[in-house]
Amino acid sequence: MNGVHDMGGMQGLGAIEPEAEGQVFHHPWEGRVHAMSLASPTRANIDSGRHQRELIPGPEYLRMSYYEKWFRSLSERLLQQGLVTPEEFASGQPAPGSAKATPRLAPEAVESTLGRQGSYVRETTARPQFASGDQVRARNINPNGHTRLPRYARGRRGVIERLHGAHVFPDSNAHGKGEDPRPLYTVRFTARELWGEAADARDSVSLDLWEPYLERA
Amino acid sequence: MALRVKALESLMVEKGLVDPAALDAIVDHFEHRVGPRNGARVVAKAWTDPAYKARLMEDATAAIAELGYAGGQGDHMIVVENTPEIHNVVVCTLCSCYPWPVLGLPPVWYKSSPYRSRVVIDPRGVLAEFGTELPAETEVRVWDSTAEIRYLVLPERPADTDGLDESALAALVTRDGMIGTARL
Repeated sequence: MNGVHDMGGMQGLGAIEPEAEGQVFHHPWEGRVHAMSLASPTRANIDSGRHQRELIPGPEYLRMSYYEKWFRSLSERLLQQGLVTPEEFASGQPAPGSAKATPRLAPEAVESTLGRQGSYVRETTARPQFASGDQVRARNINPNGHTRLPRYARGRRGVIERLHGAHVFPDSNAHGKGEDPRPLYTVRFTARELWGEAADARDSVSLDLWEPYLERA
Repeated sequence: MALRVKALESLMVEKGLVDPAALDAIVDHFEHRVGPRNGARVVAKAWTDPAYKARLMEDATAAIAELGYAGGQGDHMIVVENTPEIHNVVVCTLCSCYPWPVLGLPPVWYKSSPYRSRVVIDPRGVLAEFGTELPAETEVRVWDSTAEIRYLVLPERPADTDGLDESALAALVTRDGMIGTARL
């Protein structure tokens, strides 16, 4: 969706505020939101979590802090998945007689879970259509749902730099339609192709793009 | 916010959705177990051990795991090397993708609109805001983390550091140097 989250190339969104190394959470509640989000049963699908944050209306998205967005997203997904009812959410109390779940993540499993190497690569029989060095164009797509093809690259020509194998396809996975693995490529676009002649002729922007985002150029 | 978060935590605990001790352990992990000192060790080892650097450039995920750093948001790592001719800088324009196992959680600016929006269109201007002036002849490569690939910048080793050992070198490596908004 063409939401405000897709902000690459926008100007006028304010000054960058540098920050010293070392402060991880700026308020204790931020750490709790981060931890609750990771430990929650809603965490199973990273793509739908991202999409949930994208669905926050633009004016609010721009006003909210990062962990305010995470809190909103966590709350919405708990409600959507029926893990918490609106009545429970309003009262803060479990409904009388409701079953008690077993926490997904036990304290002794935290370190091994967070340190476990995952993979988004999936075996597939489909042959990749592109190879390193191929000229491609990012398609001009404007889906209502989740996509990881930013607007600023759509319609632009780039060069395939690297194939990463078939990765879980967010445009499908975010909507519960299965992982639908597709070849993933790093594609390099010159700054001039993206931003016009005023851009520096040497500079480039590389993006990781799935095959359905690309066509031969 | 603090009260609303506390209320939701209580409810989730009451319903058996999360264990408060697990939440404590997760907070502890991100405050004490991961962070840019991990990445600094990777960089310092690459500076001092050519065989390690070769492995890091070939398969960063495996080379980083050799030092014990692995996990979510670091599942598929790529290291991009700064040279006198090329400067790399990393962003996630769509959200906040960042290599947690080696850099920990990102600073607020990395997740915020001004950096996410502008670094792709004006990397030299953004770097200047960080006090990083690049020579005009340097090529700037921006990496927008749009998938589950996570990028770590290998900064150039500072001059006059020949006598330093790995841990002294690691102390010179900054978080911003590994994002690419700073040079060392």
